[in-house]
Amino acid sequence: MSALAPALGQLLALVALLALTVPFLGRFLAHLYTSDKHLGVERVTYRVLRVDPDADQTWRAYATTVLGFSLVGVLVLFALGRLQQHLPLSLGFPALPADGAWNVAVSFVTNTNWQWYSGEAALGHLMQMSGLTVQQFLSAAVGMAVAAAFARALARNDGSRRVGNFWADLVRVVVRVLLPIAFVAALLLVVMGAVQNLLDPHDVTTLTGGTQPITGGPVGSMEAIKELGTNGGGFYNVNSAHPFENPTPLSNLFEIYLMLLIPFAMAWAFGIIVGDRRQGAAVLTVMALLLLVSISLLTWAEMAGPGTAPELAGGAMEGKEQRFGTAGTALFAAVTTGTSTGAVNGMHDSLTAPGGGVAMFNMMLGEISPGGVGSGLYGMLMLAVVTVFLSGLMVGRTPEYLGKKIGQREIVLVALYVLTTPVLVLVGSAVALTASDGLAGLQESGPHGLSEAVYAVTSASNNNGSGFGGLTSGTPFWNTLLGLCMLFGRFLPMVLVLGLAGRFGAQTRRPAGAGTLPTHQPLFVLLLAGVALVVVGLTYVPVLALGPIVESLS
Amino acid sequence: MKDLYALFRFSLAGLRVMVVATLVLGVAYPLLVTGVAQVALPWRADGSLVTATGAHTTDPDEAVGSSLLGQLVDDPGLFQPRPSAAGDGYDTLATYGSNYGPESPDLVAAVKERQAEIAEREGVSTGEVPPDAVTASGSGLDPHVSEAYAALQVPRVAAANGLTEDVVRRLVDEHTDGRTLGVLGEPRVDVLALNIAVTQAARD
Repeated sequence: MSALAPALGQLLALVALLALTVPFLGRFLAHLYTSDKHLGVERVTYRVLRVDPDADQTWRAYATTVLGFSLVGVLVLFALGRLQQHLPLSLGFPALPADGAWNVAVSFVTNTNWQWYSGEAALGHLMQMSGLTVQQFLSAAVGMAVAAAFARALARNDGSRRVGNFWADLVRVVVRVLLPIAFVAALLLVVMGAVQNLLDPHDVTTLTGGTQPITGGPVGSMEAIKELGTNGGGFYNVNSAHPFENPTPLSNLFEIYLMLLIPFAMAWAFGIIVGDRRQGAAVLTVMALLLLVSISLLTWAEMAGPGTAPELAGGAMEGKEQRFGTAGTALFAAVTTGTSTGAVNGMHDSLTAPGGGVAMFNMMLGEISPGGVGSGLYGMLMLAVVTVFLSGLMVGRTPEYLGKKIGQREIVLVALYVLTTPVLVLVGSAVALTASDGLAGLQESGPHGLSEAVYAVTSASNNNGSGFGGLTSGTPFWNTLLGLCMLFGRFLPMVLVLGLAGRFGAQTRRPAGAGTLPTHQPLFVLLLAGVALVVVGLTYVPVLALGPIVESLS
Repeated sequence: MKDLYALFRFSLAGLRVMVVATLVLGVAYPLLVTGVAQVALPWRADGSLVTATGAHTTDPDEAVGSSLLGQLVDDPGLFQPRPSAAGDGYDTLATYGSNYGPESPDLVAAVKERQAEIAEREGVSTGEVPPDAVTASGSGLDPHVSEAYAALQVPRVAAANGLTEDVVRRLVDEHTDGRTLGVLGEPRVDVLALNIAVTQAARD
């Protein structure tokens, strides 16, 4: 296997890049979320916005702010979509249909970036850069803020129900982290070949006398925050498979790195915020383990290329770019579904049956390996609470996590959190598969057709945004269904997390006793990974068996 | 009631944030990146266009294509790109991968048809046709083919252009990139640059 060495090499390069930068960014984020000092530019911003960045909010006020802010985001984006024909740089495209504008608005505010439309055939430049790109920053900052609020509540020892200030969390992370990194990354992407202009498509006469329009647009600036904020919404229909979004194998690695940077750094920051780095390292290790397993499986599946068509062709190259190859596409696919990004550099619908199954399973885990920016951390911490609780039941002690007791109220909130997305995924899939409007969107029949529908609902409910692209989802039925899945899949968990933050914040930290389960040791790492796989994964075994598993075995 | 009032109040503050964010993140940021890119990297920022001699240009009227985008090749004497599911082939306004699953009967039929067609065109057996030659790329705009698919086309292209196979093989080598840093991606041949070179060699 001569191709195995490069596949390992690209993984090592990625690990090296992350190992060098994650602790640094993690430290920076921990400081950002706990400091009470403001930068000059931030002070000006707060004055302009007339918000008080120093008010320590209760969990209710914090949650209400998140919801109010996101509500406005949905309304603004919906309006931009419905009015785009009147906006400058519209390239002559008409307004989005009502159901389509609703879907786009929810999709980008929830950090999902599900795309029912084809970018180059439906959206003007202004909608892309002043509508979508803005939410790619803000929705990322919102996810990170909720995770930070939860971490602060765990660290708190003053018995208050307060969790911090949402506006400060939002503004700081945009000003100090997202904007500077995105600016540099955007320019690096242009150096590698991403386009960055405001031009209409202009025709060139090709070498053999044909005509090919060269499409323009502010692509590099969107691409950078699309990956950095684990958003995933591309400028063009084919997303990061498009040479103008992802021009070279080097840009491919860079984009994969950008997707993983903040989710891992948030885990590192968590350890610092709760005052014990080992806690962050343990959470990070579980994330990395789960990701590593899925990368290995997906890479094996795509390089081996099982299936009728790949075996006939001699390799699983349908839907893949020659410059990335099977290993470069598999790594991207595992990372984009392990984070909640959902960008694609090859068509997931054309992945091998086991490969597509791994991508789907990554999302079903609840986006925790390492998950979306912020949402990955709080998702993993919820499972950590489950793990501590289960272990406590086994030895008959009162379970506690980081000195906070997990009583009845707490575990009810966690249980509701763990149930939310599976209910959305399974009920949503059932609705799609029993409605004629749902079935009408499927390209394929049999197990792969089932996978197309389940993948879409799973992707929306877990705020991922990648799809099995054969599904025609730009219909009122699919736009409405997936819009609801994205909305509830984002904000119900957030409210539950903040509710739990309120309860933890109200407790003082108890010192660890003889019966306390240490949550930084290898035993806990294995338990947590096991809980993630068993509790969440088993929910989906029946549906996976009918889709990718039966397809793999056929 | 109190919560609803709070929601309304926070939404109003949210609206102010949205206005400022749209101006800063949605206008200033992309325009600043565009400005810097247009001044420092105009060729890249405008789509990496090349002329019929392979020179860089930013003028679409002089260009024969983008060095990053594949294009349809209507001349049977030149190197052919991979199959494309974008519109009628390499349509930049309708980028698309086929999205056929691995067991799709349509894909199996398409692969068989392409294998037969290419085997006949190049005078080889269907077993010698490499995978990238019979599968559509993800973008429908793949600018590259594998080394194997390029090698397969050398005799035909050499004969059609009055060049020796050695000369064409050397041109293929010149337009082949290995894995970046030895580990990233796959070895690949740039079809447009290669066809430009072949056209020029045939003219000389």
